[in-house]
Amino acid sequence: MFALASAGGAVDILATRHAYVAFALLLCIGLYMMIANPNLVKKIIGLNLFQTAIFLLFIASAYVEGGSIPIVPIGGPEGGLYVSPLPHVLVLTAIVVGVSLTAVGLALCIRIYDEYGTLRTDTLRELLRDEGSIPARRSPNAAGTDGEPAADGSAGAPDAGGETDD
Amino acid sequence: MIDVLLPLAVVVPIVAATLPLALGLRYDRVGWPIAAVGTTAVAGIAAAIAAEVVVNGPFDHALGGFLPPVGIELVADRLSVAVLLLVAAVSVATLAFARVAGPRGNPFYSAYLLLVGGLVGMVLTGDLFNLFVFLEITGLTTYALIASDRSGASAYASLKYLVVGTVGASLYLLGVGYVFLATGTLNMLDVQAQIVAQAGYGDPLVRASYAFIVTGLALKIAIFPVHSWQPDAYQRAPDSVTTVVAALVSTTSAYALIRVTYTVFTVDFLAANEGIATALLVVSTVSIVAGSALAAMQSNLKRMFAYSSVAQFGMIGAAVALANETALLGGIVHLIGHGIMKFGLFLGIGLLALGYGSRQMSDLASAARAAPYTSGAVAVLGLGLVGIPPSIGFLGKWYIGVGAVDAGLAGGGAVGIAVAAAIFVSTLFTLSYVARLIERFYFAGAGLPGDHGEIFGDRGDDDAATDGGDAAAVGGRNESPAKTADGLPAPVEGAPRSWLVPDRVPTAPLLALGLAVLATVALGFGGFALAEWFGPFLAEVFA
Repeated sequence: MFALASAGGAVDILATRHAYVAFALLLCIGLYMMIANPNLVKKIIGLNLFQTAIFLLFIASAYVEGGSIPIVPIGGPEGGLYVSPLPHVLVLTAIVVGVSLTAVGLALCIRIYDEYGTLRTDTLRELLRDEGSIPARRSPNAAGTDGEPAADGSAGAPDAGGETDD
Repeated sequence: MIDVLLPLAVVVPIVAATLPLALGLRYDRVGWPIAAVGTTAVAGIAAAIAAEVVVNGPFDHALGGFLPPVGIELVADRLSVAVLLLVAAVSVATLAFARVAGPRGNPFYSAYLLLVGGLVGMVLTGDLFNLFVFLEITGLTTYALIASDRSGASAYASLKYLVVGTVGASLYLLGVGYVFLATGTLNMLDVQAQIVAQAGYGDPLVRASYAFIVTGLALKIAIFPVHSWQPDAYQRAPDSVTTVVAALVSTTSAYALIRVTYTVFTVDFLAANEGIATALLVVSTVSIVAGSALAAMQSNLKRMFAYSSVAQFGMIGAAVALANETALLGGIVHLIGHGIMKFGLFLGIGLLALGYGSRQMSDLASAARAAPYTSGAVAVLGLGLVGIPPSIGFLGKWYIGVGAVDAGLAGGGAVGIAVAAAIFVSTLFTLSYVARLIERFYFAGAGLPGDHGEIFGDRGDDDAATDGGDAAAVGGRNESPAKTADGLPAPVEGAPRSWLVPDRVPTAPLLALGLAVLATVALGFGGFALAEWFGPFLAEVFA
């Protein structure tokens, strides 16, 4: 495979190993989506893409040139060329796992949306910060003061409402 | 027929997991009794498996009568039995706490039993893909359990864990896929043989496979650069869930790392790929120092011990990468010891939170006078975590340290010494935060000389020094903690009362906490016994 790569170059790899190229691309796209997209549901879609890429690797590895479906009828001919059935079974199991993960993830998203009314991580972080569930961001001028005001003041604009509401 | 115990240990909790939901349609509050019966049964089965392994040595069971390497097998040897006993004991003991602390409801106990089933499966399986399935069962139930108190913050922490944990499990699966491509088999022992026969240790596929598997498991274990999910998850989860998750989930993932490294890839693979071993060693060493330093900066007790786990698992990772017998023994001992100690610590913190309504270090000044037994247990376990002998924490660190120095002297050079130094630095950090805790519990509070009791004065400093973990929680939502007339932490309204001790904590979990303390100290005397116990496993992998 590596001899092939060096001799034939990128074109050959694309032509003969396109399934593996797709696998690598999907993996990277999924990972990037998980990291870069601020929307929680889209993060979960990215996660699915990431997992699907791995399924593709397994399925592609099972392929045998000219092999047929690995189902041997009763009394059918013994032997012959079949694609490998084992990776298919593994992927079926992995798909089930992936579906249940998606379900749990979406259920958590619903809970978060009910609670905070948003699915964007940046907005969510602001809200959590106001609520005190995650550390307040310390602005340079608040860092010098003691911790107590930092708790409700230093996050700046979002929770200035403490005094101004009434 | 004794081998049928192995599938039983996995099947009993998983089948029992359906019962709270099914019977819950008709009866209320059946969850706890079913979970108690289920986990006790697992504990009994685990004890029987342990007895069999001691008497007749390791044994296995081919599931469904399909013989390996084609079929899936479950294997019990001395290493898996040790972790299995830990899983069984902790899962029974945590139930005593969950009964009083909640979360209540039948679905919680279903998830709890499923978690136990997943953990037992991870420990016993002898098949790489099967390990992935159990890893995901464990993961899924952990995500559900962490979010089980229905607060928004816990849902967010859980979702964060879900995304990171799934990436970890997927990377593990990717690694398994690569090694499957290289060898065409998934049975652990068969892979071990086929790597040599078909691929060799230098094969890029095999190397990539190991790298993916280690990265995936590191995400699950929460080694330093990829630990970010763990403090939030531990802190936001209900106390009883933190207790079981902190004691078991990362532990079994670390067990999987040891198993995959030494049973599947073997020590020869590490010797042939020094780059990989060194990379793991460097990451683990950074994890030891960074985890301890972050832990020392926290003011929330749960968060503090969560970061401490990052450091302890760094040590276990380093022990794996050092690849010598002493260090690996230390890694395994520390794995078990850390499980017991973290179970006790989180249980103690949970009990104090239940009785006195706070998990902040500053609110618990003089806790030792209000709740002497609980605070005493937490203090002893904390000292065990530091590594004061006699405790199992000391033994684990000692063996890893000796192993690291050995590796350094044997030609590993600077890296081995660096690991030993990191363990030393980490011990100092651990001492710093445990001592701070003990000082708060025993020597702070109103009416003491030098009156440390003015907690409102120094809280500002405390929090400014931290990452601010809970500055807002203290300042914003919680009012100042209630105090009794003589300045002790006041019990919350309706706090449970024990007939045994003055502590306002429930009796049964307090007994479990006492057992954890006893185990920590008693195992500390058993250095040679532990070495002997794991001797056969070590002899096998370093053959």
